[in-house]
Formats: sequence, structure tokens, C-alpha cells
Amino acid sequence: MVIALKLHVIKGRVWKFGKNVDTDQIIPAEYLVTGDPEELGKHSFERVRPEFVRQVRKGDIIVADENFGCGSSREHAPRALMGNGISAVIARSFARIFFRNSINIGLPLVEADVEAEDGDEVEINFKEGKIRNLTTGKEFTFKPLPESLLKLLESGGLVEYTKRELARL
Amino acid sequence: MGATIAEKILAHKSGKIRVEPGEIIDAEVDYIMINDVTGLPAFDVFREFGEKTQPIREKSVLIPDHYVPNKDIPSAEQAKAMREFAWKYKTHYFEVGRSGVCHQLMIEKGFVAPGRLIIGADSHTCSYGALGAFSTGVGSTEAASAMALGRLWFRIPETQKFVVEGKAGKNVMGKDIILHIIGDIGVDGALYKAMEFYGSAIEALPLADRITISNMAIEAGGKAGIIPPDDTVFRYLDGRVKGSYKPVYADRDAGYSEVFEYDAEDIPPTVAKPFLPSNTSPASELGNITIEQAYLGSCTNGRIEDLRVAADILKNRKVHPNVRMIIVPATQDVYEKALNEKLIEIFIKAGAFFSGPTCGACLGGYMGVLAKGERAISSTNRNFIGRMGHKDSEVYLANPKVVTASAVTGRITDPDELD
Repeated sequence: MVIALKLHVIKGRVWKFGKNVDTDQIIPAEYLVTGDPEELGKHSFERVRPEFVRQVRKGDIIVADENFGCGSSREHAPRALMGNGISAVIARSFARIFFRNSINIGLPLVEADVEAEDGDEVEINFKEGKIRNLTTGKEFTFKPLPESLLKLLESGGLVEYTKRELARL
Repeated sequence: MGATIAEKILAHKSGKIRVEPGEIIDAEVDYIMINDVTGLPAFDVFREFGEKTQPIREKSVLIPDHYVPNKDIPSAEQAKAMREFAWKYKTHYFEVGRSGVCHQLMIEKGFVAPGRLIIGADSHTCSYGALGAFSTGVGSTEAASAMALGRLWFRIPETQKFVVEGKAGKNVMGKDIILHIIGDIGVDGALYKAMEFYGSAIEALPLADRITISNMAIEAGGKAGIIPPDDTVFRYLDGRVKGSYKPVYADRDAGYSEVFEYDAEDIPPTVAKPFLPSNTSPASELGNITIEQAYLGSCTNGRIEDLRVAADILKNRKVHPNVRMIIVPATQDVYEKALNEKLIEIFIKAGAFFSGPTCGACLGGYMGVLAKGERAISSTNRNFIGRMGHKDSEVYLANPKVVTASAVTGRITDPDELD
């Protein structure tokens, strides 16, 4: 599994979303009968932005306002986004279970206040904590994750962590 | 400075004297709950841990509830995967007919007690705070990890204090108190934080209403929604709880990030309009909004107390000709009580539909999905776009009395109107 913090710089095209994007928008509950990212991805934002699935490209980046991923605990939500090739989500804030799920499965999240519009090109530099909107030339900064979470991620995410701990027992 | 209930439980479970907000700890969990929807991805992850890895069976509680009885072939496969995992490893498991909506079942079966740390792969796991536990929703991968290791990482949340004093109106329930609070602080007003609830209006509530309050902490973004346990809780647990427990209370000088104070008399029967639980209005101001469906059920308001107030209203009344009223008890135990108390007869005579327990309609899965343009009043917890069906359908959230009164009149109705 790809782990966020090993990627130093990623670049992608922006999909812009507003506040309180909930997990029912990201993946409606009726499709929660599989855990497969690609299968789930076919229905991402189906009810609110039906064009998303048709037009999304591998490497695209979601830029949103506050409380992205609010609602259910369904890990299917970050899985569906990964199934569509979304390379990162930038938001002013994230709902907490969505945040944990994404970190645990390796979808890069960045908590930052970024100005960008649909179709802009942005570049995230994880090492420097900087985001550049390549279309407008504006630059933004963000605070990296706490050290213990970085360590968890750098060691390969929760699955790898668990395997190592089990081996130690 | 002293510690909050949340801080004390997390400190104790991580073997520390005290913890500070922001600190990341590894804590021993008492139980890990998984449902049929979050189960499948969790079992896939669990297999990655290797053939020799066993779940800690006494801590693992598997409860199919979202799409059981199976709604279609994929959900049947999903439920089967859970059953097979449970049988293989001999975890706790509750089959259709002896089960119900996971959170109510966790409480009924005695898994929940004051001072415990419980995680669940379902966002409404925060419900158990009503009994003084620290409980919170997690994802499937971390539920799998916790089943294997018995512990998980947590970031110590800041704690907010909510104080509700005074006497609530006769048609005001726990649901109105929590909707009022969410309307005030917003759907991210408690983001990453633990909420603790105090005050005479909270102490006066029966356990059922307290569970409703804790259940909806997540709708404000909260990590937990804790109510200090008292005799109401201890009496409920007597003869029911698994093992022993020790109540945990906050210190007098505990540090809260914010304190919010409310007067219960200012809280009317409250409705959350589409498409956010924070979009609240008094029910009395929405009287011209007609409805096609009235739903009473779920982990939020599907307890026997909720069915009793509905029966009180429906006795000698009929559901409006244009309305489908759907009543779903949260568990088999609630079902049996409704049967013994002859509530089901009242519901049927009134023209309501009554079924066995499932989460089904609450999340637009089955058993009450809304068509384009339809509007529902519902005792559930979320009214997001398309939550109960078509993206152009609407869900209004309310307490069981408002739901039932609205079912009778065919429009959103403050129960005061019927008196």
C-alpha cells in the first residue's frame, strides 16, 4: 500500500468541494456491500456530482472546506476515493474517523486552507509542508502530522504496524 | 488541574497517571464491535495478519444489523462472511432473531459499563457514553488491528462541557436537547473533541434519552459523548452487566476547552431540516411542511421508551391517509416488550407498518427507501443529501413524539398541537 509520507511531492488537478462533505455523498450506503476500492469508486459523489466519476483522472486532488468526510465510520469512503485514483485530499479540517481511516489505509490528507478552483493544478510538498497552486501561483503552508503518527505511517501504516507487533508477542 | 472523564478513562487504559490533550497513546480496549457493513473490509485486513493470528475472542463482538435480514445477494454474502468469521474464531456474535441494532444490543447485553473503553466500526459507537464509558467509532482496518492486539492508538481529545439546567417541557426529549446543541455549535462544533453532559435536565432524563444524546455526539463531530453515570445507570446494569466496573467522574477542577450552558425551558420540540443535523428549527414553525413517510426506529430512537410515547399518541388515532408510518424496534428485546405491552396492536390498528429490528431505512438501504421528491420525518440521526433514498428526497430529524404526531396530521407537527 502507498503510504502518504513517503511521497515527497505530488501534483494533481483539483476537484473543488465545499463544507461538510459527508460520507453518504462520497459513497452512498446502498453500495456498501463490497470493500473493493474500484467497485466502490464507481459510485463516488454519484448523487451530488455525477460528472465526477466520468471525468476524474488518476492523480487528481480534492480540495475542500471544513469537516470533510463527516458522518459514518465507513472506511469505504477513503477506499472509494483511492479507487478513483485520487492522490490526496486537502481540506480546512477533516471529520475524525475519516481522518483516521485515510491515514490507516494510506490516502494522503493535508489539513490546510487553500485557495483553488476546479481544474487548477496544485503541488503538495509533504517534506516542506507547502502547497503551491500552479495555476494561480499562490502558496500555502501546512503543519505536518504529529511525530508518532508519522512514525506509524513511515513504518508502513497500521497493517504493517500490527504485523510487527504480532511478531513481537 | 484535574482531569475530565475522557482523560481519566484514556489514562487508565494506557497505564498512565494522567494524559494531556493532544498526546497520542496506545490504550487497551475492553471491546471491539463490528457490524455487517464494516465487517467485510475488516476481515480482509485481518487475513493479512497471517493464518496464525487469532482475534481476541472475548473482546470481539460481531453484530449484523445494517442489511440483515439480507436485502440482496451481495448483502447476503456480506452477512455470511461475518457469520463464518465469528464461528471460525468463536467471537461474540448475534444472529438475526436474537439480535438488533448494534448499539442498543451492546448496551442490552451488558458489554457497556462505566469506565470502559469501547471502540466500534460504526460512527454511532459514541452512544455508550450515556453509561459513562468512553466509546468511539473507528474504521475497519483499525478494528481488525484491535481485534488482533487488543489495543489501539488514540489522540487524547480536548473535552467540552455542556450543562443543561432546568425542567424540560413535556414533549421535549433527549433528542431535542442534542439537536438544540448541534444547532448551536454546528456539525463540526465538537470536532476531534469529547463532549461531557451535565446539569439537572440531563440527570432527570431516563437512560433511553441519555443514549439518544450520546448517540448524536458524532453529528457535532464529537469523538465521545459522555454523561456521568448515576443510579439510573447502576440500576439498569444490575444483573445485566458482564464483569465488574468502576464509575469514573471528572475532577472538580478538570480542564475543559469550552463550557456551554443551556436552559431546558428554552428548548422546544426541535426538528433538523435537510441537509444537516445542525439545520434546526422549532417543530411548531414547520407546520406547513407535508410528509409522505414517518420513520420511528434506529440506534437513536428505537427503544421501548420511544415506542411507548408513539403508542400513547396513536391510541385511538390513525396514521394520515397520505403517510406511511414505519416503526422498527431497535432489538428483539424491544420487539418483545412492545408485544407484551400490546403496543404493536395499537400501531397496527392505527395503520402503521411494524417490523423486526434492522438499520435498513435509516441509511437508505432498504425497508423504507424514499423516492424522488419524497419527504420523511424520522427519529434517526442523519439527514444528509440522499441519506434515506433519492438525492431529491428530504429527511427531517425529530423526536419520536414529533414523528408520530406528524404521521397523524400528515405534516410536521409539534405534539402540543394534538393535546
